[in-house]
Amino acid sequence: MYPAAFEYHAPTSVKDALRLLGKLKDDAKLLAGGHSLIPMMKLRLAQPGHLIDLKKVKGLSGIKEEKGALVIGAMTTHWEIEASKTVKAKVPVLAEVAGIIGDPAVRNKGTLGGSVAHADPAADWPAAMLALGAEMVCEGPKGKRTVKVDDWFVGLMTTAVKGNEILTAVRVPAWPAGSGAAYMKFPHPASRFAVVGVCAAVTLDKQGVCTRAGVAVTGAGTKAVRAKGVEAALTGKTLDAAAIEAAAQKAAQGVDVQADLQGSVEYKAHLCRVFAKRAITEAVKRAGG
Amino acid sequence: MAVTEERLFGKAIKRREDPRFITGRGQYVDDVKLPGMTYAAFVRSPHPHARIKKVDAAAAKKLPGVLAVYTGVEMQVGGLPCGWMLPDIRVPVRPVLAQGKVRYVGEPVAIVVAETPFAAKDGAEAVRVQYEALPGVADGKKAHAPGAPQLFDEIATNQCFHWTIGDKAAADAAFASAATVVSQPLVNQRLIPNAIEPRACVASFAPATGDLTLWVTSQNPHVHRLLMAAFVLAIPETKMRVISPDVGGGFGSKIFVYNEEVAVSWAAKTLGRPVKWTAERRESFLNDAHGRDHVTEAEMAFDREGKITGLRVKTHANLGAYLSTFAPLIPSYLYGPLLSGVYKIPAIFCEVWGMLTNTAPVDAYRGAGRPEATYLLERIVDRAARQLRLDPAELRRRNFIPPFTDGTPYQTPVAFAYDSGDYEPALRRALELAGYEQARREQAAGRQKGRHLGIGLSTYIEACGPAPSAVAGSLGAGAGLWESGQVRVHPAGSVTVYTGSHSHGQGHETTFAQVVADQLGIPMEQVEIVHGDTAQIPFGMGTYGSRSACVGGSAIVRCLDKIKEKGRRIAAHLLEASEQDLDFKDGAWSVRGSPDRKKAWGEVALMAYLAHNIPQGMEPGLEATSFYDPVNFTFPFGAHVAIVEVDVETGAVKLLKYVAVDDVGRVINPMIVDGMVHGGIAQGVGQALWEHGVYADDGQLLSATMLDYAMPKADGLPSYTTDRTVTPSPINPLGVKGAGETGTIASTPAVANAVIDALAPFGVVHLDLPLTPQKIWKAVAAAKR
Ligand SMILES: Cc1cc2nc3c(=O)[nH]c(=O)nc-3n(C[C@H](O)[C@H](O)[C@H](O)COP(=O)(O)OP(=O)(O)OC[C@H]3O[C@@H](n4cnc5c(N)ncnc54)[C@H](O)[C@@H]3O)c2cc1C
Repeated sequence: MYPAAFEYHAPTSVKDALRLLGKLKDDAKLLAGGHSLIPMMKLRLAQPGHLIDLKKVKGLSGIKEEKGALVIGAMTTHWEIEASKTVKAKVPVLAEVAGIIGDPAVRNKGTLGGSVAHADPAADWPAAMLALGAEMVCEGPKGKRTVKVDDWFVGLMTTAVKGNEILTAVRVPAWPAGSGAAYMKFPHPASRFAVVGVCAAVTLDKQGVCTRAGVAVTGAGTKAVRAKGVEAALTGKTLDAAAIEAAAQKAAQGVDVQADLQGSVEYKAHLCRVFAKRAITEAVKRAGG
Repeated sequence: MAVTEERLFGKAIKRREDPRFITGRGQYVDDVKLPGMTYAAFVRSPHPHARIKKVDAAAAKKLPGVLAVYTGVEMQVGGLPCGWMLPDIRVPVRPVLAQGKVRYVGEPVAIVVAETPFAAKDGAEAVRVQYEALPGVADGKKAHAPGAPQLFDEIATNQCFHWTIGDKAAADAAFASAATVVSQPLVNQRLIPNAIEPRACVASFAPATGDLTLWVTSQNPHVHRLLMAAFVLAIPETKMRVISPDVGGGFGSKIFVYNEEVAVSWAAKTLGRPVKWTAERRESFLNDAHGRDHVTEAEMAFDREGKITGLRVKTHANLGAYLSTFAPLIPSYLYGPLLSGVYKIPAIFCEVWGMLTNTAPVDAYRGAGRPEATYLLERIVDRAARQLRLDPAELRRRNFIPPFTDGTPYQTPVAFAYDSGDYEPALRRALELAGYEQARREQAAGRQKGRHLGIGLSTYIEACGPAPSAVAGSLGAGAGLWESGQVRVHPAGSVTVYTGSHSHGQGHETTFAQVVADQLGIPMEQVEIVHGDTAQIPFGMGTYGSRSACVGGSAIVRCLDKIKEKGRRIAAHLLEASEQDLDFKDGAWSVRGSPDRKKAWGEVALMAYLAHNIPQGMEPGLEATSFYDPVNFTFPFGAHVAIVEVDVETGAVKLLKYVAVDDVGRVINPMIVDGMVHGGIAQGVGQALWEHGVYADDGQLLSATMLDYAMPKADGLPSYTTDRTVTPSPINPLGVKGAGETGTIASTPAVANAVIDALAPFGVVHLDLPLTPQKIWKAVAAAKR
């Protein structure tokens, strides 16, 4: 309830924020919606000496279309994504993911950037980012760089962002016509984070054959991962129930499933398969298959 | 029963307390602001069981803002008392701050007082405690095993008491001649209460007068004062005032006297400055008294007609590391005597081992003992129906106690004599509202298509309104269980009512005012209800066990009787009529036969205070005090039906429909009773499906935050269908029985039975609570193999 003492900074530009970050280094934490960081500070699991609030930094929030992709500012809230007409038109699964994060209060404060930077192993966004093939735009003292999502989630709550960088935006490609995507999760009964969450995206050709698949699993392991075995099993196939079922069997491969109060490794691996099946089935339906 | 006209009794009047709550104007303990306030934080044990080698507070004391650090060495006060004794009970000393040893995670070791809550917390983090860890044990049954870690040298095998009720020989005989015996081991898991307002206290000591004032989140401020002044702090009760202002829920957890309020009071006196402590949610998980935690073996005997002939129960009740204020009562007299339920059971024998373990103390939690008994009975009756191939409704009907509504009580073989009851109509109504026959057809059709619906029943009894004081005393109570009331009429006729009951969500300010306004024939606006301050109200026992309406309300009615009696004498005097010839109606006394000759309530009240013209020898004034001691408990009952759908692929349960038909006697305010029932159902469903205070084998608490401990949420609950039958209680003047806990008691078994019913095609006959998806999936997977 009572965090340790800290200094509060509210820069108004990325440049100022980066300068502060460079000066204060490890003793500082960036503050976005605060819905992961502040609870950790209240439990004194995190005790940063300084908070650099990104709220007043210009240019970090908003949703733009750019060359067949959506560019979403890091400070864009879950709710803004859930409610965005652009999102619903171009990458509707993002609105679906946003809409089942926490509750309205959480969605009005929490941000996309905060979530993917925090990389909570049970967060929802990572599965969608991985399945859709997003890119993360970071800005540091030496300028901007782009990190592919496959290189982003490094381990338990660690990402490729460097200590002197800020994640400024997330670029999510809009998949071509004939595509569909779905996110389904088994919510934790207390926190509503994902015990297991699976995001699936498919593109079907005119014959109904899957030409591209993106499937990713969150919740079950220490970090969200792509289910590459599932993707391979889907690609090139006509996605009837049997094909989906067979592909979904591979959903837990490559996931370092962790046992906890919610379930054994066996049970969670089973949930990965069930939710892969359900998410793929829905994605195929949405793709017009 | 009161023979007054009832304009307000039975009306769904909106709660008068709500405007201040919903506009954020409530005044809770944490809202108390005093000049010179300081703040406390506690250093708590991270170990389930350890010896304290050294406490080093030097660094903490040097931190800015830190005023003092006290440990059990400095704070020499009495231990926290246990208020209920059982035969041959062994009561461990429970220090306010640990003495030499810690016995559960969260046990307070030291208190840090500082200028701000932040500094206090910094100070608590800076106190270095060296522990020597000892092996711990968290499970009540394992604690009994040879070689289990010992909490106290003087309490061998960790057994605090062994208690029995019923006739063993008769029960054994019933089993010897039974046509069918149904056995069921079951666990009633540990729950952690979570009132929306965490516990809090503010203590202020006035050195000039020696007066100690304690604001504390208490369901029973006088009990807090008595126990703290007489047993812990050793000061006269006259020197201590306890105020329990607006309180945001208790569910039992705020009955008890805890370490924190004692330590804070002592610190306030020692430092000479007021001290405030408000629990962090995590502290609530660690140190508020928990609920339930039974491991039980039960068996039920039946004759050839499916009539119950006997019940045998063996329970290990986990009491935690120390005895909380009423801990021994819950798994004994609030448990064993409930084991007859609504059924005619000729022979019952129950034995309970009260066990000490390295876990937080366990005490009364909404329902307290009665949910444990009801879950056991309703689960085993359902299991028996399966075994006997009878519809669960039919088996229940066959065994109901026949109606008894004429004032003749029904004597069970386990001490209780029920006041009144008529069980079949409630079940009939519940089945009707649930569309039982139709639901069974849908269930059968669904099973063909792989859809798994389950229908669960629970027909329950509840014991409310503790208790006749002499009975309570003979069973080990350290207090009488009557209630006080005081009614003061003001000269212009408005009325202040002081009650020993305490409202922390129950709505007394509304229901009690309805009763008073009716009885005096005045508007509710003329009635003010005061509770929660030992300096204002007569000694009272507080609120728990659904006792406020039946015991506290009755005390108020007794006061009103006395007031009306005096008023009548004054009116008769003014009207120059005989008292016997007066009628009291619509707030006026009139002469029977000549209704124009009358004196209004206000005129009589004024004259009582003017005293210009009152009967000779009569004292002026108009007020009365009453101490009402009930002659029996009251016994609400009812029937609940739950319909669930189980996704057998994941094990997830969806509650589709919930029907509750309760009989709580006469109903003062149906909206408030509905609210009680709704909240109670949510809590009971929580126990059936989600909530579980999980300790690792050695006593580490694994579910110590809201991220891990799953409270019921609105999206997991359907819109309930509620109805009532009304069987008035013959034992109190209002005919009320009590409605505070019925929902919690009835709903856990209804939902559990529904889930097990859904799993019938897989041969599942029982699973322990909570019925988590993983457990269900495992059971289904095992059946499929
Ligand atoms: C009650 C509750 C329920 C929740 N339920 C869910 C749920 O169901 N599903 C789910 O996915 N999440 C859930 N969350 C988490 C929520 O979505 C958080 O908002 C999110 O995880 C973090 O976003 P934030 O903006 O609040 O980040 P913050 O808490 O402000 O920051 C999180 C971390 O990321 C770093 N960071 C933030 N922004 C940047 C940046 N631009 N560049 C670099 N580093 C940055 C911070 O320094 C910090 O370490 C829940 C949270 C709460 C409180």
